[in-house]
Amino acid sequence: MQTIATGDARHRVSPPGLLFAALGLAALFGPFMTLAANRIVAGEGVSIWAVAPPSLTLPGVVAVLLGLVLGLPAVWPRLRLLGAVLGLGGLLWLLAQGAPAMLEDGGDYARVSPAIGFWCLLTILMLLMADALAQLAPGPLMRGALLAAVLGALALILWSGALSPLSVMQEYSSRRSAFIDATARHLQLAFGSLATAAVIGFPIGILCHRDQRLRGTTLPALSFLQTIPSLAMFGIMIPILGWIGDTVPGAQAIGIAGIGFAPAFLALVLYSLLPVVANTVTGLAAAPPTAIEAARGMGMTPGQRLLRVELPLGMPVILTGLRIVLVQNIGLAVIAGLIGGGGYGTFVFQGLNQTATDLILLGALPTVALALVSAIVMDILVELTRPKATRTA
Amino acid sequence: MIEIDRITKVYNGAPAVDAVSMTAESGTITVIVGTSGSGKTTLLRMINRLEEPTSGEVRINGESTLSTKPHLLRRRIGYVIQGHGLFPHHTVARNIGAVPRLLNWPKDKIRARVDELLTLFSMEPEQFRDRFPAELSGGQQQRVGVARALASRPDLLLMDEPFGALDPIIRARAQDDLRQIQRALGSTIMLVTHDMEEAIRLGDRVAVMDEGSLVQHGSPAEIVARPASPFVADMVGGMERPLRLLSLVPLSEVVEDGDAPGDALPEDCSLRDALSACLWTGRTAVPVEREGALIGRVTLEAIRARAELSA
Amino acid sequence: MRPGIVLRPAVILLLLALVLQPEWFEPVFAPLAPEGAPVIYARSSLLSLSLSHLGLVAAATAAATLVSVTLAILVTREAGAAFRPLSRTVTNMGQTFPPVAVLALTVPALGFGAGPTLVALFLYGLLPIFENSIAGLSTLPPATIEAARGLGLNRRQRLIQVELPLALPVILTGIRLSVVISLGTATIGSTVAARTLGEVIIAGLLTSNTAYVLQGGLIVGLFAVAVYDALTQLEARLARRSRATSTP
Repeated sequence: MQTIATGDARHRVSPPGLLFAALGLAALFGPFMTLAANRIVAGEGVSIWAVAPPSLTLPGVVAVLLGLVLGLPAVWPRLRLLGAVLGLGGLLWLLAQGAPAMLEDGGDYARVSPAIGFWCLLTILMLLMADALAQLAPGPLMRGALLAAVLGALALILWSGALSPLSVMQEYSSRRSAFIDATARHLQLAFGSLATAAVIGFPIGILCHRDQRLRGTTLPALSFLQTIPSLAMFGIMIPILGWIGDTVPGAQAIGIAGIGFAPAFLALVLYSLLPVVANTVTGLAAAPPTAIEAARGMGMTPGQRLLRVELPLGMPVILTGLRIVLVQNIGLAVIAGLIGGGGYGTFVFQGLNQTATDLILLGALPTVALALVSAIVMDILVELTRPKATRTA
Repeated sequence: MIEIDRITKVYNGAPAVDAVSMTAESGTITVIVGTSGSGKTTLLRMINRLEEPTSGEVRINGESTLSTKPHLLRRRIGYVIQGHGLFPHHTVARNIGAVPRLLNWPKDKIRARVDELLTLFSMEPEQFRDRFPAELSGGQQQRVGVARALASRPDLLLMDEPFGALDPIIRARAQDDLRQIQRALGSTIMLVTHDMEEAIRLGDRVAVMDEGSLVQHGSPAEIVARPASPFVADMVGGMERPLRLLSLVPLSEVVEDGDAPGDALPEDCSLRDALSACLWTGRTAVPVEREGALIGRVTLEAIRARAELSA
Repeated sequence: MRPGIVLRPAVILLLLALVLQPEWFEPVFAPLAPEGAPVIYARSSLLSLSLSHLGLVAAATAAATLVSVTLAILVTREAGAAFRPLSRTVTNMGQTFPPVAVLALTVPALGFGAGPTLVALFLYGLLPIFENSIAGLSTLPPATIEAARGLGLNRRQRLIQVELPLALPVILTGIRLSVVISLGTATIGSTVAARTLGEVIIAGLLTSNTAYVLQGGLIVGLFAVAVYDALTQLEARLARRSRATSTP
């Protein structure tokens, strides 16, 4: 951290900060929100100044500008972080003030949504936040606390109803129970398939680690599974599971059928096996050969060697495999919506069929958020399992 | 006592170790020296059964190593390898306590033993106990490696090129430390090296291996003075043999009455040191002292006489 | 590489047959199609779908390569070092954003068709190329770089004559990973009306026609295998060349 600070001291202004400020200024001139007559037609853009009376927009615009300016000084990463938070606060303020103001004279079916200007500013400020955090290099626990704070703030804002007038939130309120079902189903698909793949993949990985020949046949076979496009994998599972459901007695009773949850789940599991097995093999091989030799020499049994040396040293790599799987499955689970498997994909594909942008958002935004949060949490876990000495060194 | 009895290891039809027999007394250091591919490491690894012998057996205090399960046998034999092999994810204390933990020692006993060993290796327990191997210098890592091997008070300590990864100055210190600790604990050590200098310096007995066979086994002085074959003579280093021999003889063995000019040397210095002092300062004799009091002198004549014995 | 001699032409011939003469395979797929339903996808020529599929992947990968390699060069220079964490974040996010979500989110802005697919493939493909370019450019043998400086090459000459050629095999590995992922992912583009082989699979999903699903999946899978193999060969050849020239 020290070296970054002194290295950058030459330029007083952070180059990325300058980029953010320039892009942010440009984005201020794009349409900030749109007003549409109903949920299907395309909306008309409204600039950031016009979303609400000036007395309401001014504080928000000032906060965004100030945030961008605070992002400039290279040597004060804390200030840059503060700037990002301030700017994001300004954006939310503008959204919360603009939505009811615009709806007032829009008619009964009118819908307001954030527009390109908002999304650009949001991205820029989030990147500013990430850049400042990279500079601060907080420890894994600190990062966890920050993530919790951000999620807490987000939950509070959504709960407070300040954003309820937005179109996407109206889509939500008219589908509340469907949304909760979809969330549960999406989580089941993503995390359930991860857990299943881990339960199957770990032992296979350990066996492959022990047996060179097995590794030589298993890994190529699993790689081949991965070359099947995800869409086709879902499709192939339908007749297979349909056949099992029809022929094996009792299979349908436990939910095995050609459509719905089962084929989606199985496709995700098959897709997850390669990263789990490959990373388990790589992770177990990561222990230094001299440490393995020493473990053998001091009289550890193969099981003790695995538990006390190979697994702890390989854990970061193994967890990285699980991270890949989790993020991938959260995304692929959307496709389940196409074969009646439920999850957020249901909204995405309904929205695409009806060209209802906000319904698409209702499915896509939580998916993206879930993937990002999972990636961050898994990164923290990977960091925590890394041996302490190498973490500090 | 360690008895190695006609032990043989055959790889793909060719013997890597060919019917080697030797005996090592308890409380001594035996150094097995040879070029790479001489079978010395295979011989060592057959003692704790990291390699299974094709035929023959090893007895430790009369009991065959084949009568115990390999992993249980290894817990009774310390093992130190080149590049230390410390577990990078465990602290110094956990590394040293590894074998006692395998043996289910109570926690406080392990803790006490770890502190005792750290002190013995002049590493302050308070300061080093909770460090990770990556936070230690090369010499410290090596000491922790040896301490780990000694933790459960093994019957025997096997060391495979233990100092190979150290630079010359630290290596010399580590060798001295090992010698001192071995004397203090009375451990039985078998050490493998390719460095004859190290063998002569450390060994009570030196075993020279070549192409899987034991070509000579004796005290360092015997090896230097009467190499059994041209190969051993070559290992001992031809022209330097007289100097090697001199380095094995302490002044106390040849001290005679009389006085000599210049600074005195302590009686536990070697004849090689005395020769060096004579040549450097142009003297024909140097005075010898014991605990600060002069006890006589060593002359160039006497040194020459000892060196000629080997010729 | 014994099996390669037999397998490689076999894969290519099978692929060509599936794309150009799909009706040959009617007996193979027939048991999978529902009774009375067509067995071979005929709503659109498989050749044109394949070409469009490959074109999309090629365009997205080319764009991702251009951006990633440029970024990697920039952030491995002293002047651009401040952008390194930012570039990492952006490329990482590109792969964390699920491609289906990217498709869905870009449809409102770009409309149905090839646009959203290009964006999704581009974003998803950035990370492997960027990471490998960084690795390739920052792990060059120091002696070689010193020698290049000693010869009096300026920075630009060093980059073009020494650093990039040496890093090329590693960069190519990144491109290979990216292309193979993209070939499979592009099928999803057909959910928003991009012309890809995914069209065949989706038609199969919507009409419960497994014959279609397998046809589409098989062609895409074989393309992935063939492209993977071709790029691996190219890398090996490049790596051999750079080793051969670096030894004397």
